[in-house]
Amino acid sequence: MAANIRLEVVTPRKEVVNEEAQIIVAPGVLGEFGVLTGHTPFMTSLKIGTIRYTDAQGQERCVFVSGGFAEALPDKVTVLAESADRRCDIDLARAQAAMERAQKRIEDKSDEIDFTRAHLALRRSIQRIQLAESRRS
Amino acid sequence: MPTLKDVELKIKAVKKTKQITKAMNMVATSRLRGAQQNMEAFRPYAGKFAEVLGSLAEKAGEEANPLLVPKEMVKKIHIVLCTSDRGLCGGFNLNLMDKAEALMEEKTGDGVTFSFTNFGKKGRNWSRKADGEIQEEYLGVVGTTFDFSIASTSGRRLVEGFLGGDYDEVYVIYSKFLGMAKQLPTVQQLLPIPAIQKEVGEGVADDQPYLAEHICEPSVDELLGDLLPRNVFVQIFSALLETSTSEHAARMAAMDNATKACNDMIENLTLAYNKARQSAITADLMDIVGGAEALKG
Repeated sequence: MAANIRLEVVTPRKEVVNEEAQIIVAPGVLGEFGVLTGHTPFMTSLKIGTIRYTDAQGQERCVFVSGGFAEALPDKVTVLAESADRRCDIDLARAQAAMERAQKRIEDKSDEIDFTRAHLALRRSIQRIQLAESRRS
Repeated sequence: MPTLKDVELKIKAVKKTKQITKAMNMVATSRLRGAQQNMEAFRPYAGKFAEVLGSLAEKAGEEANPLLVPKEMVKKIHIVLCTSDRGLCGGFNLNLMDKAEALMEEKTGDGVTFSFTNFGKKGRNWSRKADGEIQEEYLGVVGTTFDFSIASTSGRRLVEGFLGGDYDEVYVIYSKFLGMAKQLPTVQQLLPIPAIQKEVGEGVADDQPYLAEHICEPSVDELLGDLLPRNVFVQIFSALLETSTSEHAARMAAMDNATKACNDMIENLTLAYNKARQSAITADLMDIVGGAEALKG
């Protein structure tokens, strides 16, 4: 294996990830992309989804991101997201509550703005739940 | 001359006040630490964000996004006023409101109207009396640990309002945290977004032409369109963090002063108490001596 690449996931509240990775796969708006060390400088916005990476020990790891954007440099990937959780830190109960709340709001259908926001919230919560459930398998 | 009992009661009252101010001082101190940590935690995000935004803005054209373009006629001004919910923090809120008033005076003109978004109860109460409409109010945010979503919710409304023509200019007024003893009320223009300066550390900029050959996905303009509204959210979040930290620092200083004032008062009152006691004893003695003399006679 060639040299590792550094992955940094930063949110307004804290630095979620800052470690070496062998490969990083992230959900760009125009499709998933993988980054290895020596990548061309690249910049994209991200969808709600999961960043998967293999850490220095060869362990597969997942991080939830709620959109944001990513910058890839030859030796470093920086992800700026409004919120991000490592798979092990996801609060399943909270995500489920958020999903129910969003569903209720969508059924309500009273306001256009709330509607799009509720949809985003729903997608975030579903992503979180899926990711959280995958940690048992 | 106050009676002995009066002075004693007064001393007790001041001692109790001192206990309260001392406790509030300690609470503010510990909250201040938390608020400062939040500020520290936000710094990497804000720094990186400014860096990316700066370099993207440089690549994109001058008028690449409607959020960057000033309106020709500025008639509707929106003010985001960040203050604390609670008082007992010295001139902290007053200074912020003065700043708002100064801004309004400066901008007043023919047909200019004002509207407000308020973070914090003190500013909300002020805005109610001011000449303008309160469109949003968020209480119980400043001074606590809050989420980025509050900034993005209110920020999205501002961006939509600006694009929809509800506001021609948007300003945020907040208290900048310069240090324990110094908080500076600051006015900052949020929208239209002022010209973005490239904020890369100078040493880095020279040996590595930053982002020169980045592939952007989707296009630069689209990325910028995604980033600029976020920039507004980031500014609001940072304003809220600064205001929270400043509030606790201001309260700490105010309570420290109050505790000192209590100490002074207790000292003076104790003196008065001793004097009163002394004169009471003297009066008693005079009575006894006078009585003894009378019996003798």
